[in-house]
Amino acid sequence: MILHNTDRVLVQGITGKQGTFWTEQMQAYGTNVVGGVNPKKAGETHCGVPVYATAKEAAGFDVSVMFIPPGAALAAAEDAIEAGAKMVVILTEHIPSHDVMRIHAAAKERGTRIVGPNTAGLVTPGECFVGIMPAFNDRVFKPGSVGVVSRSGSLGTLICLNLVGAGFGESAFIGIGGDPMIGTTTKDALEAFENDPNTEAVVLVGEIGGGMEEEAAQFAATMTKPVVSFIAGAAAPVGKKMGHAGAIVMGNQGSYASKRGALEQAGVTVVDTPSLIPEALKQAMGSGRVIH
Amino acid sequence: MNFEEHAGKRVLAQAGVPIPRGRLATSPDEAAEIAAEIGPVVVKAQVPAGKRGKAGGIKLAASPDEAREAAQAILGMEIGGHRVERLLIEEKADIAREFYAAVLDDTRGRAPLVMFSTEGGMDIEEVAAERPEALRKVSVDIRKGFDLAQAEAMVGGLDVPDAVPQFLKSLYEVWRTRDAELVEINPLAELADGRVVALDCKFVLDDSAAFRQSDIAGWGAAETMTELESRGRDLGLKYIELGGAVGVLANGAGLTMTTMDAITHFGGRPANFLEIGGEAYTKATDALRLVLSNPEVKSLIINFCGAFARTDVMAEGVVRAWMDLRPNLPAFFSIHGTNEDEAIRLVRDRLGFEPYDRMEDAVRAAVEAAR
Repeated sequence: MILHNTDRVLVQGITGKQGTFWTEQMQAYGTNVVGGVNPKKAGETHCGVPVYATAKEAAGFDVSVMFIPPGAALAAAEDAIEAGAKMVVILTEHIPSHDVMRIHAAAKERGTRIVGPNTAGLVTPGECFVGIMPAFNDRVFKPGSVGVVSRSGSLGTLICLNLVGAGFGESAFIGIGGDPMIGTTTKDALEAFENDPNTEAVVLVGEIGGGMEEEAAQFAATMTKPVVSFIAGAAAPVGKKMGHAGAIVMGNQGSYASKRGALEQAGVTVVDTPSLIPEALKQAMGSGRVIH
Repeated sequence: MNFEEHAGKRVLAQAGVPIPRGRLATSPDEAAEIAAEIGPVVVKAQVPAGKRGKAGGIKLAASPDEAREAAQAILGMEIGGHRVERLLIEEKADIAREFYAAVLDDTRGRAPLVMFSTEGGMDIEEVAAERPEALRKVSVDIRKGFDLAQAEAMVGGLDVPDAVPQFLKSLYEVWRTRDAELVEINPLAELADGRVVALDCKFVLDDSAAFRQSDIAGWGAAETMTELESRGRDLGLKYIELGGAVGVLANGAGLTMTTMDAITHFGGRPANFLEIGGEAYTKATDALRLVLSNPEVKSLIINFCGAFARTDVMAEGVVRAWMDLRPNLPAFFSIHGTNEDEAIRLVRDRLGFEPYDRMEDAVRAAVEAAR
């Protein structure tokens, strides 16, 4: 799930306002956009690339990024999966959950990686990005050796800003999405960073709700690279959805205490506020972490 | 969207799932009338919360007079934060055995999960912990569905009535065709006459699918909201009142939660959760008006970290609301991300506020100003 500029990117919904704006940003940054999809504008050229009626007609792409409204997301994702996409990045929020399950079932059958739904996208600083992250802002993204995984785009941006402000750079940003049923989990991202030669340390940006951070903690305990974490939602009331559909504490499940406890148990440094991340990272990287 | 028991049962009945005979009552007299028709009844408080029985919200009544008395006692009760305004008056079931059945979104498995247990009427998490062998779970391929053979296999070896597999299949169909997140029957009862009926029903509709379930979407229980919260909902904003003095305006759920966390960390209390991420980033004017409508707000933290959300558009919205209202309280800004230079210039030139470079510094200043 670490994106490279050798990956051929298809933009589903390329002709819409957001599709156009972000395709231009992606192209300017170095993303290898090879085409777009809009059945009504098939045959035209948009943002300098051909527009196809379907992803299947486009073929010849590796990654699809979807600028598609919730009601049409299932059909678009199935199209990309059947067309042989290796990875489908779904930015859309509020896709009906039964549709999301259908997307995951189809992806599982074909071995397609789904990122999202409700993700802000993927950034490889200095190289390329897909989605709606300010990759082009050099106070937020700079090539470096810290891998960042985040459920939230806005908070991920803040954390990256803190990293770059303190002299760090990122090997990659992996936005996994704020929905409860996402295709790529925190643990999946940790695995990718552990295996990535350009990554020396990882920042895990989590939030309340679900059990992903607890699952990721088990893997973090086995990692050779240091992990530093911030978990949002310590002050959130129980039983309320905090903006993200996935960010809800039910009873004990999904609580801040449970996540922080699991991560600390695994040797991860968990900080109280985002600006403490760089210092914690320096200490963790300097300490020559013991391999378990 | 949670449905009260009677609304959930209406969804079941439409799909042919057996439920007891019963009707809604909103007054003691109505409860007595229904009991006169049906015979011995159960009088059940209708609120979207669990543990109604323990709270005294469910009573048996052998006669119309008893039903009237029970209704009098239950109407107006406060259960799980909800005032009881409706009662379900239902025939008293002659129960032989109780089971548990549910279909739900399994977020971990990213697939539907059908659950059945011979231990009905109990908290299912307790059953899972104490008697896991009494709980059967089947993960379903949503594209293929859940057929009778799977239902039969699922309860294989358990001593259950013959009608149970068909019941499970019907329950799955309700979940699937009605875009449910959860449909839970606890207890599922075998009656003395051999019928298998849903004695209770918890039904949760997926909010994101309400647009294609318009015939039942209006049956959901109204959420308990403050006046400001319902104004927020009407404006299409996610606003939650939290009781503190530091007003919060931020974009994106993660950043907004983090802002609240930082307020708490520095010894303050947030007045609200309000995020204008995603498409809502153009609604900053309405959003700020909403935050400022809360008389408890003594200071304001405005925290933008724009990706999709353009900070210049949000800052413009803030400037507009501020110029209109001219509020007499201090505001503290932290602005980063897409088009930040323009946004910072707007706030500096039009409002005379200098944004902080670090979010924590802005939050700390807002907390101190609210004291």
